[in-house]
Parts: sequence; C-alpha cells; structure tokens
Amino acid sequence: METMIKVENLTKQFMGLKAIDDLTVEIPAGVATGLIGPNGSGKTTLMNVLTGLLSPEAGTIFINERRFRKIKPNMLRRLKIARTFQDSRLIEQMSVEDNLLLPVAENRCWHSLAERNTNAYREKLEAVLETIRLKQYRNKNAGELSYGQRKLLEIGRTLMQNAEIYFFDEPFTGLFPEAVGQILAIMQKLKTAGKTLIIIEHNMNLIERLCDYVAVLDHGTLLAEGTPAEVLKNEQVREAYLGK
Amino acid sequence: MEYLINLAILFCIYGMLALSLNLVVGMTGLLSLAQAAFYGIGAYACAIGMTSLGLGFFTTVLLGILVNGVLAFIVGKILSRFQGDYYAIVSAGLSIIVFSVLLNWKDLTNGPLGIFGISKPAVFGYQLSSNLAYLLLCLAAVVLSYFFYNLIDKSSFGRTLKAIREDEQLTRSLGYNTKHFKSIIFVISAVMSGVVGAMFASYIAFIDPSTFQLKEGIFLFTIIIVGGLSSARGSIAGALILISLPEILRFIGLPYETAAQLQQIIYGGLLVLMMVLKPQGLFGKYKM
Ligand SMILES: Nc1ncnc2c1ncn2[C@@H]1O[C@H](COP(=O)(O)OP(=O)(O)O)[C@@H](O)[C@H]1O
Ligand SMILES: [Mg+2]
Repeated sequence: METMIKVENLTKQFMGLKAIDDLTVEIPAGVATGLIGPNGSGKTTLMNVLTGLLSPEAGTIFINERRFRKIKPNMLRRLKIARTFQDSRLIEQMSVEDNLLLPVAENRCWHSLAERNTNAYREKLEAVLETIRLKQYRNKNAGELSYGQRKLLEIGRTLMQNAEIYFFDEPFTGLFPEAVGQILAIMQKLKTAGKTLIIIEHNMNLIERLCDYVAVLDHGTLLAEGTPAEVLKNEQVREAYLGK
Repeated sequence: MEYLINLAILFCIYGMLALSLNLVVGMTGLLSLAQAAFYGIGAYACAIGMTSLGLGFFTTVLLGILVNGVLAFIVGKILSRFQGDYYAIVSAGLSIIVFSVLLNWKDLTNGPLGIFGISKPAVFGYQLSSNLAYLLLCLAAVVLSYFFYNLIDKSSFGRTLKAIREDEQLTRSLGYNTKHFKSIIFVISAVMSGVVGAMFASYIAFIDPSTFQLKEGIFLFTIIIVGGLSSARGSIAGALILISLPEILRFIGLPYETAAQLQQIIYGGLLVLMMVLKPQGLFGKYKM
C-alpha cells in the first residue's frame, strides 16, 4: 500500500503531559484507516497536529511525501485536507448554505470582494445539500440545527472541498441509526472515489465495516496496527482497549 | 430650517461613521476604538490641505485617504494579531496617540487652537456655499456608503469576515489568511471614516483636536450597539437616535447644563438597556 501520511517521532505535550509520545505511524493512501484507542490516548491530538490546530514539539510529518515540521491551518486548502471535529465546529450565526460555501469561496482578499455571485459553486452545493439532506434548512443558521444535523453539516462542509484526505473525529457518536447509515454511505462513496479517510471511532462494528486498516493508540504511542481482524486478535489491544 | 439642515448633515456624518465602524466591529467582530483617530486625520488632512496648502477639497480627501491608508495598514497589521479585549485596548491606545499628536504638533495642526477658515467644496466648478447644497452632497455620500456596506456584506469577502468574527482558527483552516482579511477591512474602514472627517471639517469650517478624542470613538461604538451590530440599517438608525436625543432634551426645555448631564446618563442607560434586552441592537444581525 502507498503511504499518504507518515509521522516520525512525533511528540506533542500539554504542560508536561505527553499526549503524543514519540509516535511513528503511517497512514495508507486511498483507503479508510480507523484510529482507535481508549479515551485520552491522543487520537484527537494527533488529528489536531495533522490539521494544523496544534504545533508539535518534535518530529516530522510527511504528507504525500512532502516534509513538514508542522502544518499551518491555512495550508489545508492547498494540501486538500478536510476535517470534522469531535464537537462540531460551525459558524453558528451563519446559514447552512454559507457554512457550506465558506471552504470553497474565493480566498484572495480583494478578489473575494468582487465575488458576489456563487453560481460557480451552485451545482456542488445542491448536490451536497441533497447528500446531507439539509435542503429545507439551507437558510437556517447553523446554531438552530439539531445535534445530528450539525454533524451532517460538518460532513457536508468536507464534501464541498474536493479534498483528497478526510479526517473524521467521532462522526457517528450520539447519532440515531438512520444518520449513522447516511454517514456510512457517504464514506463508502469517498472510498470508492479513491480518497484517503482517517476515522476516529469507538464502535468496533463500524470500524470493521468501514476500515481497511487500523492504528491503535495508547498513551500517545502506537500499540498496534494492521487490518481490523489482525488488530482485534492482538492480546495487548484487547487488554488495553477492549478490557477483555 | 437652517437648524434642521444642520441636524440632517450631522445625521449623515454620524451615519457614515457608524457604517464604517460596523464593518470592523459588527461584521468582523473586532472591538476597535480607533475610529476617531482616522476621522480626525481625515479632517485635519482637509483642514491643513485647504488652508495652508491651498488644495481643493477633493485633493485633500485623496491626501487623507493616503495618510489614513498607510497608517491603518501598519496599525492594522499589528492589531490583527490581537483579539477581543486586547484589540480594544491597543486600538484605544492608537486613538489617544493620534489625539496627542493633533494636540501637540503645533506647527502642523495649530495645536489646541485648531484650524479656522476651512471652506466648502466645489463640485464640477459649482461652489457648494449653502448648507442645503452641502446636505445634498452628504446625502449622496450616505447612500453611497450604505450601498458600499451592503456590497461588502453580500460578497464572499463579507462572508469570510463574518466567519472570522465567530471562529478565526476554523476560518483559517478553511483556507483563509485571516490576518490579511482583518487588516484589509481595518484599512477600508479607516479610509472611509477619514473621508467623512474631511466632509465634517469642510462643513463645520473650524476644527480642533477635542472633537477627535477617544470618547468620540466610544460614542460611535454606542451608536452601533444601539442601532445594531453587523447591519447597515442599524448603523443609520443608531445615528438617528443618538444624534436626535440631545435635541429632544433641548426641545422639552431642559436647561443646557442639566440636558448635557442627563444626556450622558441616557447614553449610558441606553447602552446597558440594549445589552440586557436586545444585545444585537435594534436591527442587529449579530450577538456578541
Ligand atoms: N488542549 C489541551 N490542553 C491540555 N490537555 C489536553 C488538551 N487536549 C488534549 N489534552 C490531553 O491530552 C490527552 C489526549 O487527549 P485527546 O487527544 O483528546 O484524546 P482522545 O481523542 O484519544 O480521547 C488527554 O489526556 C487530554 O486530557
Ligand atoms: Mg477525541
């Protein structure tokens, strides 16, 4: 398997606590990788470092063979990286439609002043609204949506971006089965399109259905990696994570 | 009649200042208290240009745009590192610095004595000598500013500013150089209030530094809080309310002293009341 992302000897501390501890791991290209591990094992922190929300103290990051000391948030559009957050992050006092347009609209300052008409993104917008089934809420503010609709809107925002790499931080948590099915279908479609997916998820059933590869974190280090079946058989994993 | 025209011109001046401030405070969420500084610089560029340098009104407007543009660009770069309270404090600092420069650079500004004899502009060779003619110019400028505000509001630029006001880091991660956006809107707003400053100076014919103090910036802040954040209509409504308030007090026959004191209390009371009852202001589209 080709590698899309590789981190080498990555360390991220929070006041002495090593949330990521000298971690080396590779994430294969064009498939879905499950990132699992107990609460507090550093999954979200790793995702935050890889999407530029946090700077690591040490280590190297390779994305598509390009080498970085750290990622800056405004590089994500160019690197074709999209993500969701464990607690949905939306522009609350902005309509569903504008939330979706934000990641694709003109980002050069002066040019964006002249961009009033968003027809160039219309088709994409309609398709995404259809996929996340929020058509009738398009003019509602994000802050007025339900928990599940917010999760879907965030996923919709990643779909707008034509990204190559998608990070999903607990996308299924707290959702009704119907929405879970909806999101599973979206992710299957991304996989079919050859995108790279990294999914943090606690439900092993979903991981087995969706992921081709799994990396297990524990205390900021890599406990195990491999196919879901291999990882599930691993004694250490069963002990640390599944408590069996 | 002259009294009403005078009042209407003041409405226009403050309406435009409120619009320009709302671009920064309402649309982008940056608590700028620096507006009076740029307003003052625009006014002084006009006053000095027209009296000492013998320039025409519109040339002095360009001069003001240039000075404000450069200053706001530099200050905006510094300010765009800050957020929230820090932004307010640093921008208030700028206002205080500009005020003391106007007060103390006597060779240029004539210090506390101010500058007299600023004349009204000529438009296409026609001298706007009456206040009524000047009001027409002001009204045209207000309409223009109003449309300009809405132009930004409805553009992708405006969407980005509104995103920055809620979550700058997220906006950055969606591909925007947010610091750049913050400093550009600061420059646009500064230049706009500088132009208004020139219009004010040319109308009032005499200016001195006391008009351009920090408290003027706070007054403008009050206007948009009452009228409504992130709203063109709110900016205009706020200016109408706060400019007519002292006139109403005068009208009901309060002695000048009492009216002046009461006015401050009412401004303060209004601000508190709005914050409690309708934090987004009368026509506001955004809650802090
Ligand atoms: N911003 C932060 N400040 C301080 N500590 C943090 C911060 N973010 C995460 N941590 C700590 O780092 C560790 C890893 O957290 P996290 O990456 O969120 O775990 P996971 O997503 O695997 O549940 C935890 O001990 C958590 O308390
Ligand atoms: Mg987490």
